[in-house]
Amino acid sequence: MATSVQRASQQLTMADLKGKVDPDWCPGCGDFGVLAAVQKALVELRIPTHNVVTISGIGCSSNFPGYMNTYGMHTLHGRALAVATGLKLANHELTVLVTGGDGDGFGIGGNHFVHSMRRNVDLLYIVMDNQIYGLTTGQTSPTSRVGMKTKSMPFGNIEAPVNPISLALAAGATFVARGFSGEQKHLTELIKQGIEHPGFSFLDVFSPCVTYNHDNTYQWFRPRVKKLEDDSGHDPANWMAAMEKSLLWGEEIPIGKFFERTDVSTLHGAEPVLNEGPLIHLDPRVPPDVARSFIEELM
Amino acid sequence: MKQTFAIGIGGAAGQGVATPGDIFAKIFSRRGLHLNAYNAYQSIIRGGHTLLTIRTGTEKVTNMGDRIDLLIPLNQDTMDRHLQLLTAGAACIYNADTIKLGPAADGVQLCPLPVSELADISRNKVAQNTLAMGAGLRMMGIGFQSLEEVLREQFKKKGEAVVAENIGVARAGYDYAAAHFSDFPNPLPKTENRYAILSGNVAMAMGGAAAGVKFYCAYPMSPSTGVLHWMAAHARKAGIMVRQVEDEIGVINMTIGAAHAGVRAMCATSGGGFALMSEGLGMSAMIETPVVVINCQRAGPSTGVPTKTEQGDLWQMLGAAFGDYPRVIAAPLDIGDCFKLIPEIFNLADRFQCPGLVLCDLLLSEGRLSVHPKDLDFSPPIDRGELIMTNGNGNGAHSAAATNGDYKRYKITDSGISPRAVPGVPGHIHTVATDEHMEDGVLISDEFTNPVKRRAMMEKRMRKVTGIEAAVPPPTLSGPRDAHVTLIGWGSTNGVIEEACEILNDDGISANHLQIRWLVPLHGEAILEILKDSRHTIIVENNYSGQFARYLRSETSFVPDGHIRKYDGEPFMPHHIVEAVKEQLAGQTKLSVPMHEIMV
Repeated sequence: MATSVQRASQQLTMADLKGKVDPDWCPGCGDFGVLAAVQKALVELRIPTHNVVTISGIGCSSNFPGYMNTYGMHTLHGRALAVATGLKLANHELTVLVTGGDGDGFGIGGNHFVHSMRRNVDLLYIVMDNQIYGLTTGQTSPTSRVGMKTKSMPFGNIEAPVNPISLALAAGATFVARGFSGEQKHLTELIKQGIEHPGFSFLDVFSPCVTYNHDNTYQWFRPRVKKLEDDSGHDPANWMAAMEKSLLWGEEIPIGKFFERTDVSTLHGAEPVLNEGPLIHLDPRVPPDVARSFIEELM
Repeated sequence: MKQTFAIGIGGAAGQGVATPGDIFAKIFSRRGLHLNAYNAYQSIIRGGHTLLTIRTGTEKVTNMGDRIDLLIPLNQDTMDRHLQLLTAGAACIYNADTIKLGPAADGVQLCPLPVSELADISRNKVAQNTLAMGAGLRMMGIGFQSLEEVLREQFKKKGEAVVAENIGVARAGYDYAAAHFSDFPNPLPKTENRYAILSGNVAMAMGGAAAGVKFYCAYPMSPSTGVLHWMAAHARKAGIMVRQVEDEIGVINMTIGAAHAGVRAMCATSGGGFALMSEGLGMSAMIETPVVVINCQRAGPSTGVPTKTEQGDLWQMLGAAFGDYPRVIAAPLDIGDCFKLIPEIFNLADRFQCPGLVLCDLLLSEGRLSVHPKDLDFSPPIDRGELIMTNGNGNGAHSAAATNGDYKRYKITDSGISPRAVPGVPGHIHTVATDEHMEDGVLISDEFTNPVKRRAMMEKRMRKVTGIEAAVPPPTLSGPRDAHVTLIGWGSTNGVIEEACEILNDDGISANHLQIRWLVPLHGEAILEILKDSRHTIIVENNYSGQFARYLRSETSFVPDGHIRKYDGEPFMPHHIVEAVKEQLAGQTKLSVPMHEIMV
């Protein structure tokens, strides 16, 4: 299926993508790298800024839309995907980016996360996964590892973390990838692919929290991350292989594109009501003969 | 007093109460008669006890009334529960093979049908229902032709053999009644009118379509699910996107997302689902993206009684979401009004860029009423307010190309309304935020706060309240100003209070009536102006604590002379109100809680 991404008539620059204010993230925060990669990807894809909507929930990384010069929505904690689904269905000509953190997406927003993937809503969901709650000053998150000590679990986490990649694969996401904020070029490439993918693209990004997570630091990730693109044996069309790769954690942690399929219709593509174009362009009036038939049914 | 005729059909869920109900309703409406139908049932798919009351007459019938003229018990349980309700002049048609008669009042005509003699019950499991319909129509003085016509339509899909068999069975019942039972003294009249029969849920769904709703989503919850069902069934013809969502939190957020893109978006739920939506309503108000949310109240708290009616969610609506924000809340007065209200509230929500809340209840949602087709106007005024759309469809002051990057989504204006550009419009890029923000959308929250700017933005939003008040008409009093008693109600009790007033007037007690449709804004001063002349005021409502009485007092300091409340899950019948008014005027009590005598 062809993607509906629209192109700008002229070249964009990084300055075109810069929002009204500068990020207030802590110096060294992984989210800076994600912001730069998203802006770079949009420049390279030449998508007109007014056709992009960046939607987030609540948390450090959810301040993201304010740092972009695109349409933006800074919504409620955990609800960005639900808002984005409604927006995309009402105007599927828009390019929709959803950004947020691991607490926002896998904790309070877990329900919408699973259902958005099975619906194959056509958007890119970037989770800046720092394995900690930052804005609330350092509590355990759904991706915190067992044993990690935080303010809410000072004697160490005893709960197993969620595996976002396996969960996304199981829930039916049609594009599943993982990036690392410390690997800019690689991350930008994944974002571009995710935007162009027709359907739900899930991108989990290791985005270290330099203030509260002293376990999963840049130094911890750097020697461990291994690009799937360098693994000639990995076939992103193979769901079972992707699932197996998703279980790897420890000395070697794969990043890159785990899985992609394009043979599943997007949600808006499967809806005949949209055959005539986006909802916002439809005539709000019910045609008189149709209105009459609705009343006749009741007589 | 109104001349009406009421049929009660009772049985277990799954026994086929609905079909004879639908057939009677169709026949009455085709005779040009008004009707009101109320189904008392439980949250069970098979079994339990269901009593469907259909009341008909030449004038508008607004409620189930006080009397059953014809009872058709489809099982012993129904006979045992309800035969005692019948009074002189009423009749009971029953299957003499399976149902034992109970004690009946004098003057009640008992009409046993020898079902196994009249029909082949091994072939037709619902023969007793069809026989009773035929017999009943004969006794009401209705020609067989009208029943034959409806049966033909009803069973057309099942083939000619089934049609013929059902017509044969109905004819046997009709003829048996002619030979063995007495007709009711007044045959049902006929008029030249034609009415549509619809539920409040269908009315609200159609009202949404008429208002130009393009996005509807829901999580199933009784008694609101009928809105989803109509929307889903008619979505493609009406050009509406309809989605079933994982939960009501998803519903409200998806609705807001669609609305933010520029379409009219609506959702419906009941009290429990509404509770889950409340954080989202705050977002709608804060980012100033208008949505319309319907709450079909059922008896609470918590899971409560899912199939029973109540007006118990008023304070939930008034207090939904934290913080102060402008909102509009309206309670439709009847099923026709369920249709009419939706375009009206959308216009307000769009103009003032705030949530519009509809406070309906099971009584209207699931009840059915005859409505004149001209009252189902699919071309109501549509006012989208100051909206800037990509294709220039909006009414906004700015055209899509008019700005040079100085567009401020939350521009501070005298009206509090800021022109709203939707995503996709060039030159109007902005970010909306649930955090407090400045005119350009930048947060006054995380990196810096600013008391002066926060105050200015709070005042900007709240200034919209003044505009909303001016846009909504104050309530009016019906009946003579100097009446003995003034009955005050809100929403769905309109019809039953109106009829209670008529009965009181017939009994020599003059009554007038103030019904509230717009709950927010309330127009407290106009209400006080009306009530200052009242001699004895009584607030009638379907809840325990007098939620509206407490609200009215909080807004106006008004304290009524008395209260009539009901919280047993069933709606008021006219006589409940009449008797309560009489005891209060006699000084016996200031709070009446009528007992519902029909055990359903």
